[in-house]
Amino acid sequence: MKYLGIMLKKPKVGFFDFTGCEGCQLQITNKEENLKALFGLVEVVNFREISSERRDDYEIAFIDGCITTDSEVARLKKIREQAGTLVAMGACACLGGVNNLRSRFPLPDVVKEVYDGHHVDSGPVRKVAEIVPVDIELPGCPISKSEFEWLVRHLVLGIEPQFPKYPVCVECKQRLNSCVLDMGMMCLGPVTRAGCNAVCPRNRLGCWGCRGPSEEANFESLMEILREKGFTEEHIAERVKFFNAFSGILNSDC
Amino acid sequence: MTVKTVKSLNIDIKHLCRVEGHGDIRIRVEDGKLAECTWAVVETPRFFEVMFKGLSIEMAPILAARICGICSISHSLASARAIERALKIRIPEPAQKVRLLAMHAETLQSHSLHLFFLVAPDFLNVPSAIPLMQTHPEVAETAVKIKGFANRAADLLVGRSTHPIVIKIGGLTQVPRKIQLTELAKDLDATIPYLWKALDFFRGFKMPDFVRETEFVSLRGVNRYPFIGGDLISSDGICKKEDEYRSMTNEYIVDFSNSKLTRLSRESFAVGALARFNNNYDLLHPKAKEAAEGLNLRPKVHNPYFYNLAQLVECFHIMYESKELLLELIDSDTSEFSIPYKIGRCEGIGAVEAPRGVLYHCHRINEKGKIEKADCVIPTSQNNGNIYYDLHKLVNDLIAQGMEEKETERLSQMLVRAYDPCISCSVH
Repeated sequence: MKYLGIMLKKPKVGFFDFTGCEGCQLQITNKEENLKALFGLVEVVNFREISSERRDDYEIAFIDGCITTDSEVARLKKIREQAGTLVAMGACACLGGVNNLRSRFPLPDVVKEVYDGHHVDSGPVRKVAEIVPVDIELPGCPISKSEFEWLVRHLVLGIEPQFPKYPVCVECKQRLNSCVLDMGMMCLGPVTRAGCNAVCPRNRLGCWGCRGPSEEANFESLMEILREKGFTEEHIAERVKFFNAFSGILNSDC
Repeated sequence: MTVKTVKSLNIDIKHLCRVEGHGDIRIRVEDGKLAECTWAVVETPRFFEVMFKGLSIEMAPILAARICGICSISHSLASARAIERALKIRIPEPAQKVRLLAMHAETLQSHSLHLFFLVAPDFLNVPSAIPLMQTHPEVAETAVKIKGFANRAADLLVGRSTHPIVIKIGGLTQVPRKIQLTELAKDLDATIPYLWKALDFFRGFKMPDFVRETEFVSLRGVNRYPFIGGDLISSDGICKKEDEYRSMTNEYIVDFSNSKLTRLSRESFAVGALARFNNNYDLLHPKAKEAAEGLNLRPKVHNPYFYNLAQLVECFHIMYESKELLLELIDSDTSEFSIPYKIGRCEGIGAVEAPRGVLYHCHRINEKGKIEKADCVIPTSQNNGNIYYDLHKLVNDLIAQGMEEKETERLSQMLVRAYDPCISCSVH
């Protein structure tokens, strides 16, 4: 494909799903009108969910889902060996995501509750970066298709992607949304990395922090505001922990 | 005439392609006899039932969505419905209509993804839908138009197509403005001709010849083809209340699969588009019946490959009913879309017809409004047993016909794919 008269190289890409809902892969097949252009920029050599063709000569690997079993660890390491660039895609791959909610309980109890003592192969919830080095993290639950397309353009052109450093709150103001905090809802928009175009506050739901923290986020100030508005510590903690996006940043009592 | 018999077959498919999630097919034939035949769900479990524990009820529909990227709206609605039934609240009518429209958008999106991206490549002899853009541009265009409309509808109605934003206990966080609904209705009108084109394509695809009689389970429609709540019925004559879902599904655990299996009157039963079609044919929109006629599809159909065609018929029903729902919303007062609720100790069940069949969520809530126990029974878990027994009969039939290994492998894959399994969902 030519861009401004210059021949672009068409990288070979693979998509690999681990423990998750596959919603991030689905986002890629959505926004159908751009699909032809997207598949014109890259050569998809491995995408089990939509193709029976599977080759292992990919240069870029997109990983979605968290890692929970030994066989997944081995599979992920093999992919890392092959891929020049490895992208962790979505909250499960980048943060462990909602899967961490089960880590509140010991694994044997978890298995017993759901499988009544039958053996199932499972282990602790881990994000991709705990197993192999990750080159790029594309955040969100689910990922945003337009941000994915933006990232692919950067990869094809060989430009390092710069994700927004500012919080969702900035995008929300740019869209002239009414402030959901002012409407009495809890919102993590002031401390969460932008790039989603404030889709949740836009739809009258406070931000749940699925994209992880923005740079230099002022947590103390947000906590103060939330307490002032009457939210309990327990309620705040529940929201902050939902996607496991702020672990290690907040005090353990929160 | 001499009857050819197959002496030996060895088929080992790891992570079957063009399905959601991870499942393996293993078939071994020795001395003309079936030695092994399994449909094994090897997806790793996420233990959602445990994840719900201790969360505030307001979080449940948001967490439930994350069970599945394809049917997140169904999960969110089943979870919200379970809690609303537990709290004995009835959501305002505009919210009910918007929710039903959102289900329609999801089912249309899911069915068209399955029909065009996952199934059509088998009939057009290509590995995926990507080369179709070059080889069959008119098929690709039709897919893009129908699926594109479904996604735009979901974006407008619930905020986005994967992991809806506006569904909350008691109703919705907001409803679209009238002008937006009017635009969507115009968009729908412009999409309907593509549905008739799709019918032409699929009429040209010959579904493999195979029959195994089974029991079909679905919600029972009253006045409307069923999507949200109601009684449970089976084609073997069983009728139960929504709250009796456990005795309708009878989940059990097997060693070869991380998905639980289910049974009712026979060794297995089936849910999904074909079950709904067989059990509620009379309630289909006249245009959907017209499409069914065009495909020579009449209840009761016992060929599982016809799941594909039943899905297409449902797309017609969804589109025409959505138009009616949109007009009703445009002509009515939509200012009430949520009601407040009081927390108390209670338990409730919510059933919806997700794209792949009837889905149940059950939540037990304590006096502080926290979830004490959660249970969900997934459509694909209910179909996995039926797929397993179908596969046995299919391979035995093919052995008797002297079918080659390659063709047996192809037909087995197509059989599993016809059910449109949502495997990560089934393990959850």
